[in-house]
Amino acid sequence: MARILIENGRVIDPANKLDRLGSVYIADDKILSVIYKPNGFVPDEVIDARNKMVCPGFIDLSTRLREPGQSRKATFASETAAAAAAGITTMCLQPDTVPVIDARAVAELIKDQAEKTGYNQILPIGALTQKLEGNELSAMLALKDAGCVAVGNANRPIKNLLVLRRAMEYAASHDLLLIYRPNDHWLGNNGCVHEGAFSTRYGLPSIPDAAETIALAQCLELAELTGCRVHFGQLSSRRSVIRLHQAKKYGLRVSADVAIHQLHLTEDDIVPFDSAFHVLPPLRSKSDKAALCEGLANGTIDSICSDHQPHDLDAKLGAFPETEPGVSALETLLPLMLKLVTQKAITLEQGIAALTQKPAQILNIDLGALTPGFNADICIFDPEQEWQVNSYNWRSQGVNTPFWGQTFKGKVTHTLQAGKFIYNWTISV
Amino acid sequence: MGENLQLNSEGKLKHFLTIEGLSKPLLIEILDLAESFVNTTDQRIKKIPLLRGKSIVNLFFEDSTRTRSTFELAAKRLSADVLSLSIATSSTSKGESLLDTIRNLEAMYVDMFVVRHGISGAAHFIAQHTAPHVSVINAGDGQHAHPTQAMLDMFTIRQVKKDFSSLRVAVVGDILHSRVARSNIQALNTLGVAEVRVIAPKTLLPAQVESMGVTVSHSLAEGLQDIDVIIMLRLQKERMTSALLPSESEYFKCFGLTEERLKIAKPDAIVMHPGPINRGVEIDSKVADGPQSVILKQVSNGVAVRMAIMAMAMQQQGAS
Repeated sequence: MARILIENGRVIDPANKLDRLGSVYIADDKILSVIYKPNGFVPDEVIDARNKMVCPGFIDLSTRLREPGQSRKATFASETAAAAAAGITTMCLQPDTVPVIDARAVAELIKDQAEKTGYNQILPIGALTQKLEGNELSAMLALKDAGCVAVGNANRPIKNLLVLRRAMEYAASHDLLLIYRPNDHWLGNNGCVHEGAFSTRYGLPSIPDAAETIALAQCLELAELTGCRVHFGQLSSRRSVIRLHQAKKYGLRVSADVAIHQLHLTEDDIVPFDSAFHVLPPLRSKSDKAALCEGLANGTIDSICSDHQPHDLDAKLGAFPETEPGVSALETLLPLMLKLVTQKAITLEQGIAALTQKPAQILNIDLGALTPGFNADICIFDPEQEWQVNSYNWRSQGVNTPFWGQTFKGKVTHTLQAGKFIYNWTISV
Repeated sequence: MGENLQLNSEGKLKHFLTIEGLSKPLLIEILDLAESFVNTTDQRIKKIPLLRGKSIVNLFFEDSTRTRSTFELAAKRLSADVLSLSIATSSTSKGESLLDTIRNLEAMYVDMFVVRHGISGAAHFIAQHTAPHVSVINAGDGQHAHPTQAMLDMFTIRQVKKDFSSLRVAVVGDILHSRVARSNIQALNTLGVAEVRVIAPKTLLPAQVESMGVTVSHSLAEGLQDIDVIIMLRLQKERMTSALLPSESEYFKCFGLTEERLKIAKPDAIVMHPGPINRGVEIDSKVADGPQSVILKQVSNGVAVRMAIMAMAMQQQGAS
């Protein structure tokens, strides 16, 4: 039996309301005990976590790893290595792979490939509709059986509200969570930036915040009608936060996440025509960003995701509207979260919870906590360690980040996945 | 990047991509130099040897008659060698990227690209990726900027009105889709006019247009009061099919510039249009061809202004 002792660290585990100096005891792939030393525990390996924080491994609700189908952009191997270095132990994979995750075979292939080549756990999200075309229901039950944790629309439109209603009813019948990215395709009008002063100044096709809030409001109505449990992905606007707050107060079973870059950047930060800032939903106004931070702090928004979308160079090489949207974001997730804590936008406990306890609750899985008996998925990080986003430190195959060249505080030193070290900074340096 | 991209370390023009970020003295310098060229172009021998031995490529990814021919003439009158390419769809349909097209032409030792492209930001992109000795002049990118048009409009306004500071200028029509409008608004504000007023239905105005330093009117009759300069914009046919407007005739009824309406503006107001004109849609023929119209003057000035801009951008090449 492999026994690991992580000692002298500040153990932060929001799910168990824990924040104190102490040790974590691991036996094989499970957490054996936290703080309290089990009788006769003799470790095979000891990690000294002095001046470091020890918390559950992070769970990322929205990633694209580009496999299968787009391995020129990234692979399971490259991206799970990046995730491991970022303290992420579990990742949900959006269904817009090539082919789309709309059949058991694709979901199984992904789980199989990810297990063979990857470092951490991949949880596929099944397509809500066949080929994500928004017309016909996918085989949701088969997808669930094949290991999909939820069904979703990725960024694709649903043909009409009747299709969405039926898909939600069907998902609810099988107790499947819908992960929905609200966006009215028509109002979005092929835009690439937020509709406001920036889009006006630079003559760029724009997306009004109403494209999101209208789709959100429609889905909230259908959530009540169908009883489907809905998680809204990557909210970007102030009015979405207001609507969601009302819905939660009213008692709907809904939750939401926000992409980490939305909590740091606005349209004012966009370097004109720099495609690294091309993301969907677009970077919005200062008041939107402030409301998203506030929503996270007051619990209206439950969790933070990376919305990781690695790209090859060509995808970002062109005139802004013609480039592909998305940020390679796994490795900046923790330092950007810590920056929110430094800025006093959220507390450290809230930030850790948004990356561990909350996403686990949303997916209804036994992860995201240091509860004895749970898988030993653990992230150890040094909150003061500085590092620069550069080609030496970066592991993702996608270098498409607006934060390139910046120096951040907060470096993961060890990541354990089911009791195994999948990242050890002290060795890799 | 953005606005600084077009200036060299000494603050001189290297590329000409947008009016944004350019100073008033620099705009005045362009206008003054253009004025000296006007005399040249009036003469029988029109050529001056400023750009002798330089190669300029006109790269037009979008159709254009006026802009392309004035750029071509401007380059020739500066004694440069000019190659004009219409790449409307040809190379992109072959799968060649914008960057590949540029790199290939660069390999032929080109000194300057004059670029028109249907996507906002295309000229910036080319300027960022082209070799350091190559200048890029934006001849219109998507809905973003058309800075040489703006400069020739400023030149024409100055010719007639002399002083910018007291002027009230109306820009009428499809502001939302217009790169001419954006560049003109920026140029007018940089040169310090008293007011820029945009006049259009809400469907043709971009969000928070006031942030560009304009006042807004949704009625031509109201909006033309006290106006010294009227810049009419071309209305594209596809605006009707994309539910932005009900019909051409209704548009003309509300926003078409007629002799009647022109009387609302100041008696000495001038009428401008970047062309090509849709007679009977945004402007009545009687106004377009009338005494207050300076539309053809704009076209003639286009050559001199483009000569000035090309000469200034190229000068920096020689210096660096």
